[in-house]
Amino acid sequence: MAPVVQFRAAVALAGRFPALAGVDLSVQTGEVVVVLGANGAGKTSLLRTCAGLLPVTSGEAQVLGVDLTTDHTAVRRHVGLLGHAAPLYDDLSAAENVRFAVRALGLPAAAGEGALERLGLVGRLRSTPAGRLSAGQRRRVALAALVARRPALWLLDEPHAGLDASSRQLLGELIGEAVADGAAVLLSSHEPGLSVPLSDRVVVMGGGRITDARPGGRRPPLSALPPVEVPDRGTTGAWHVA
Amino acid sequence: MWRDAALVAGKDLRIELRSRIGLWQVVPFAVLVLVLVAFAIGPDTASLRNAAPGIFWIAVLFSTVLSVQRSVAIESGEGTRDGLRLSGIDPAGIFLGKAAAVGLQLLVLQIVLWVGVTFLFNVRVHVVWLAIATSLLATVGLASAGVLYGALSAGLRVRDTLLPILVLPVLAPVLLAGSKAWQSALDGNASSGAEWLRILIPFAVIYLVVGIVLYGPLQEAA
Repeated sequence: MAPVVQFRAAVALAGRFPALAGVDLSVQTGEVVVVLGANGAGKTSLLRTCAGLLPVTSGEAQVLGVDLTTDHTAVRRHVGLLGHAAPLYDDLSAAENVRFAVRALGLPAAAGEGALERLGLVGRLRSTPAGRLSAGQRRRVALAALVARRPALWLLDEPHAGLDASSRQLLGELIGEAVADGAAVLLSSHEPGLSVPLSDRVVVMGGGRITDARPGGRRPPLSALPPVEVPDRGTTGAWHVA
Repeated sequence: MWRDAALVAGKDLRIELRSRIGLWQVVPFAVLVLVLVAFAIGPDTASLRNAAPGIFWIAVLFSTVLSVQRSVAIESGEGTRDGLRLSGIDPAGIFLGKAAAVGLQLLVLQIVLWVGVTFLFNVRVHVVWLAIATSLLATVGLASAGVLYGALSAGLRVRDTLLPILVLPVLAPVLLAGSKAWQSALDGNASSGAEWLRILIPFAVIYLVVGIVLYGPLQEAA
């Protein structure tokens, strides 16, 4: 099976600035790759290039079989990018934002309902204008839109930022479900403690290049493990083995 | 493309209905233009009647700039701009949808201004079909050209001040043809007015086609 992402000496420009300076990277179906690196290392640019938002000017770059050197826009509808800024319209409610994202792909509006529930965006939150939501809630709405669109490649730029503990755990579960469904995930992070355990592989970037690669620490998602009864907590005390 | 256009137009109109910027800012601004120019001209009824079509279209033109700036602002956030590019919506559909939303707002505005002109300047339209045809054609041209130039200025820090400078000279033919056609509609001279539609039709068609073709590349460049 062809890799989901296949870069060889890929150079991408942001304006006149070389945001990627010869990246070699391969991501397979069902794989979670975490990208680490200092600020300005090129992590965000790598994700934006994979999303078809930055043109590749030299080298080889294929995402989901689309050659980014000839047409970097064709891949966009097949990827899901969760960037620093949530792609939300402040005057639309959480549900309307998700519905717009879903209908833009030609999917039925109902596809967003399950995602909204999955992300806990129910009740009053569902109909609250996005402009009145907290940063973490906006991130959850953006995640709901991403989940509803079911992209083949998830591009998550520091996805843990602004999320509370339960949302971070939910994010891990969503990533697990996505790769189980056959998607690939490329995740940039400044929080290796949170992101590396989710990954199959870790790559380190510096100066617009991949400078190091090492195995990740992915384990089965907690929800997939059998619960263990702890006698002294009574019948309600179901615990998971991590 | 048409499905995408309907989706984008619906989204933009819903946002406008919620924000009420059109209702509380654009419409009052346009009415203010009518009133201020009427004050400047003075109480002479004949002068006001002669100036009415020009004032009407100047108010529409200035309001077009405001509406287009608002349309651009909806997508000006980093997240929403990227989100729209990644949405899978055909750029031509985005252009048509945004132009349709701006056009619909301009049509509503023109109805308000029509009432305003009737009372303030004491004029009456004698050839109604001509006035309506002029408004429809001019609106297509104004909305298409406005959204196109809005896309051109979208990524610039100075877009709010640059847009009027870019777009107002381009819209001058609409001001001229719209004013003349409306004057004919007020005078009851249909044949003379219809001549001016020959300027409005190609203007609308050209900017509609150019917008459909160029909106995608302009969106990328922004």
